[in-house]
Amino acid sequence: MAYFLQQLINGVTLGAVYGLIAIGYTMVYGIIGMINFAHGEIYMIGAFIAVIGFTLFSGLPLVSAILLVLALSMIFTAIYGWTIERTAYRPLRNSFRLAPLISAIGMSIFLQNYVQLLQGARVRPIPPMIKGSFKFFQDSDFVVNLTYLQVIIVVSTIALMTVFTLIINKTAIGRQQRACEQDKTMASLLGVNVDHTISMTFIMGAMLAAFAGVMVTLYYGVVHFFIGFLAGMKAFTAAVLGGIGSIPGAMLGGLLIGLIEAFWSAYFTIEYKDVATFVILVLVLIFRPSGLLGRPEIEKV
Amino acid sequence: MLEFKDVQTFYGSIQALKGVSLNVEKGEIVTLIGANGAGKTTLLMTLSGVTPASVGSITFKGEDITKMRTDMIVRKGIAHSPEGRRIFSKMTVFENLQMGAMTNDPAKFDENLAYVFELFPRLKERGWQNGGTLSGGEQQMLAMGRALMSNPEFLLLDEPSLGLAPLVIKDIFRAIKQINEEHGMTVLLVEQNANHALKLAHRAYVLVTGNIVLSGTGQELLSNPEVQAAYLEGGH
Repeated sequence: MAYFLQQLINGVTLGAVYGLIAIGYTMVYGIIGMINFAHGEIYMIGAFIAVIGFTLFSGLPLVSAILLVLALSMIFTAIYGWTIERTAYRPLRNSFRLAPLISAIGMSIFLQNYVQLLQGARVRPIPPMIKGSFKFFQDSDFVVNLTYLQVIIVVSTIALMTVFTLIINKTAIGRQQRACEQDKTMASLLGVNVDHTISMTFIMGAMLAAFAGVMVTLYYGVVHFFIGFLAGMKAFTAAVLGGIGSIPGAMLGGLLIGLIEAFWSAYFTIEYKDVATFVILVLVLIFRPSGLLGRPEIEKV
Repeated sequence: MLEFKDVQTFYGSIQALKGVSLNVEKGEIVTLIGANGAGKTTLLMTLSGVTPASVGSITFKGEDITKMRTDMIVRKGIAHSPEGRRIFSKMTVFENLQMGAMTNDPAKFDENLAYVFELFPRLKERGWQNGGTLSGGEQQMLAMGRALMSNPEFLLLDEPSLGLAPLVIKDIFRAIKQINEEHGMTVLLVEQNANHALKLAHRAYVLVTGNIVLSGTGQELLSNPEVQAAYLEGGH
């Protein structure tokens, strides 16, 4: 029981991070109908900026250091997200469907190599910054450990997702994004600047990924230029599982993928935890391509 | 107020407008009639900058808008209720109207909303329903209401009667007349329902395969034998 609870805690933490990244995939898919395969790299860049930031601000008090690093990372990745859309996707928007996808894979490889050249191929560590944990539920010799950091990750992710959902559902920019998602020409006929709205979508997705990157850096304490690929693929799986295009679906999918990974590692084989995730991807694509919360559209003519 | 000079529009190598010249004065209802594929919708889409003209010029209130981006044209005061209504089906009626008010001064929102609800009381009852669940007639009312929410000076209506029951069509045409008379709204109306449209319009143009072939007052065209033969046979 205690062991189960521990895996649940680990899985939810992991799921929060996947959910944050998955939102970026699902939003971009919703608005321009393409999978932004460079999104995992955005997350990786967010994590690298965190490492640099924590090194720079090591003299500051912990809370202000974390807030500063978050702000820095989110601002810089927002710039990256905006630039990627402008340079790699926008010129291809009226091209054939596969063109932006190929461009996205190219951008992903480019960003990996770019970070490798600038930051080196070795793993970059930071010292653990938030120590300590709640210990409870002693079961023979196993103690459930809920670290302070896990609490911070889960609570801040829930807060961020709530704010984000409110932005999408209640504000003018969110309405414009939903309008562009459904009918870009009509949106422009009402005065929406479609290009600007698409840029905003990339910026918002990148900021959420950066937040995830900072949290993972704190959690694992190491980053590497290749982490974006696997995390990105898993978050993409989460988005597909939840129903690509659906924002609540991405959050749910992220949570489920995190839990599956944690429980698979704990009860089966840790070596095959990635296989478990991707088997899910294959099964969803075969049996329920619209995902858990995505619905095939019913349109009245 | 609006002037087309020798406007030509292409879709790839297909020419949809072959040198159209027309004008619309302030306060007028002008209708554009023609068969399927004559280029009526293209003409409105060219005016709104969705399929920009390759040749010729379009001026609105003395300003050249030929190459302007669609959302900028809307901000000049031209509202477009397109063919097929294009309601945001996954948004509520109220959200659709909010989208329409995007370019408008927020201080005027309540006033405009009250006006739209007065024109189409049905929309008020349906406020929290998703756009996709409305009937065809209600969707048309919403499409027009959404266009009016931007407080435009110039309203483009593309086939507002398409696929609607005769009673609903009457309602829609009554609303167009009311907007024009009460608010001095200038209207460019594209219709296949030539009979209704010509009776309502001050002036009219007939479009045939991308060319304007006839123009005159609504009454003149109604009694023109060619128009009667081509567009009004059995039109009641």
